[in-house]
Amino acid sequence: MKILVCMKQVPQKDAPLKLNEGGTWIREDVSYEVNEPDAYALEEALRQKEKHGGEVVVITAGPARAQQVLREGLAKGADRAIHLDDNAFVGMDAMNISKAFVAAIKDDKFDLIFTGLQSDDYGYAQTGVIMAELLGWPHATIIMEIQKSDGGIKVKRELESGFFQHVGMPLPAVLTIQSGINKLRYATLLGIKQAKNKPLRKVTLDEVKSSLSDNMQKVEKLYIPQKSKKTEMLEGSPAEVAKKLVEKLRNEVRVI
Amino acid sequence: MELHSQLKAAVGELCRGFPDAYWRELDARRAYPSEFVETLTKAGYMATLIPEEYGGAGLGLTEAAIILEEIHRSGGNAAACHAQMYIMGTLLRHGSAEQKKQYLPKIASGELRLQAFAVSEPTTGSDTTKLKTLATRKGDRYVVKGQKIWISRAEHSDLMLLLARTTPVEQVKKRTEGLSTMLVDIRKSLGHGLTIHPIRTMVNHATTEVFFDDLEVPVENLVGEEGQGFRYLLDGLNAERILIASECIGDGRWFVDRACRYAKERVVFGRPIGQNQGVQFPLARAYANVEAASLMVAHAARLFDSHQPCGAQANMAKLLAADASWEAANAAIQTHGGFGFAEEYDVERKFRETRLYQVAPISTNLILAYLAEHVLGLPRSY
Repeated sequence: MKILVCMKQVPQKDAPLKLNEGGTWIREDVSYEVNEPDAYALEEALRQKEKHGGEVVVITAGPARAQQVLREGLAKGADRAIHLDDNAFVGMDAMNISKAFVAAIKDDKFDLIFTGLQSDDYGYAQTGVIMAELLGWPHATIIMEIQKSDGGIKVKRELESGFFQHVGMPLPAVLTIQSGINKLRYATLLGIKQAKNKPLRKVTLDEVKSSLSDNMQKVEKLYIPQKSKKTEMLEGSPAEVAKKLVEKLRNEVRVI
Repeated sequence: MELHSQLKAAVGELCRGFPDAYWRELDARRAYPSEFVETLTKAGYMATLIPEEYGGAGLGLTEAAIILEEIHRSGGNAAACHAQMYIMGTLLRHGSAEQKKQYLPKIASGELRLQAFAVSEPTTGSDTTKLKTLATRKGDRYVVKGQKIWISRAEHSDLMLLLARTTPVEQVKKRTEGLSTMLVDIRKSLGHGLTIHPIRTMVNHATTEVFFDDLEVPVENLVGEEGQGFRYLLDGLNAERILIASECIGDGRWFVDRACRYAKERVVFGRPIGQNQGVQFPLARAYANVEAASLMVAHAARLFDSHQPCGAQANMAKLLAADASWEAANAAIQTHGGFGFAEEYDVERKFRETRLYQVAPISTNLILAYLAEHVLGLPRSY
């Protein structure tokens, strides 16, 4: 099976975040890491390759720093990488990123495309689904398990309240992978050394520009939540206070 | 450089699987970090310095230093296994082709652990040439009698490199002669002339004292030439100094990171304590000293990797890095106030751990004495 894994570089979970001047995104001077759900997508792809053979290709879009996630993917066992290398990809919406990815892989023939369920920064959970629509492929989201079947795959999706859904679909297909479905491997020292010699294709913005459109979605303004303290004393008999408290928790704070 | 950032990121990721609580709990139980060591070994990091032809990564001391620094910077401690990286150097440089073929691939895979080096003795300490453990040749074996102390990881090692006197000191021209290195198969020797007793210390360091009671060691286990062991020992010391210095740098950076984080969050008298120069300055100074020491560590590692003499630089790296990490440890515990003494903040654990490097593997005073004599040309003081 030939599997493409879409990987994103996101700010580290414990990085102190500061807004940029326009308040539209965070300042770039933070530490970055692989988007965690994408790490699980990569792990699942590597496991499928180990079971069924084939090739795992990792792809990302972003400035030079984003190449780190591809190098990590290669060190863990991916066979080659594609880097859509331009700072302009940072501000693109999921639609344009999906279009750029689809344009960049037009000469490849993948059986499966994996993405993490969502990104740890924007959290849109759209890229995989949009790619499937652009390619005209079937897709399934929040995948817990993948099994090869005659002529396609069987997947287990996670639903709400502990329910699961089992879906069969032909290949090629797009799957968005749930975090925690496997145990992530560590990059080995040998893997890191070998990664240096694996192919990494750079794709410029110009090469995919004709496929892109204006962003359909954009962040107008981000706000850091303001911390405030407000104390309100409820008065009356215990029964009255309890009643008022329940009312406030239900209607104002909305936690019950 | 790209390889270095990859290495750092990958070791950092591995270490995130072993958070503060893991080390804290081991420390409380005085237990060996088996799971961490196994993970590190499986991922191939312990075989960094072993040439590719023997199944290692064939990388240099610079890369090994990056790995160890990152482990310490993440809050962990590589002392449980760092010697697996460098003790094999004696075998690699001075062992026979047969020995290298027999042992190095298994050391690279982790099947054999060679991470105990028996040098120090209770009565001789740093005066190594006076060591009393005797290995007397009898036919095709040596019979070893004596005692060693501060032998780290002996209980977690399959092989031990032993430095013993094969010619009594009164029969040699120079006291540096007549010492030999040999491999002791711990697994076969326990109960047959070899006894290991753990020593409980202020750090969770798996150190021991080792007794040789007419232990028989086959002659083919001799590494290099008989009588040349002291020279082989010196050969390996630079690598050890540089690698342990890199751990100190990792510790130093950890202390500064943690202390700064706490100083920003902890509010007393209506403002973060980090706003006070009395808190800032020790941290800023510690940071500067850690950064400066890290330059010397990198310089020494570069010299080592390019096969240039690096005795002075390796010693200075160890001195400066150990001093910088200790200064950072003090600044961190002071910044944390009472909380610095609470186990759950991990500062006290790292504080105890980094204190060791003022003393081991070589005492700070002996480094100064070395520099005074060998670099500054002053009369020998000891």
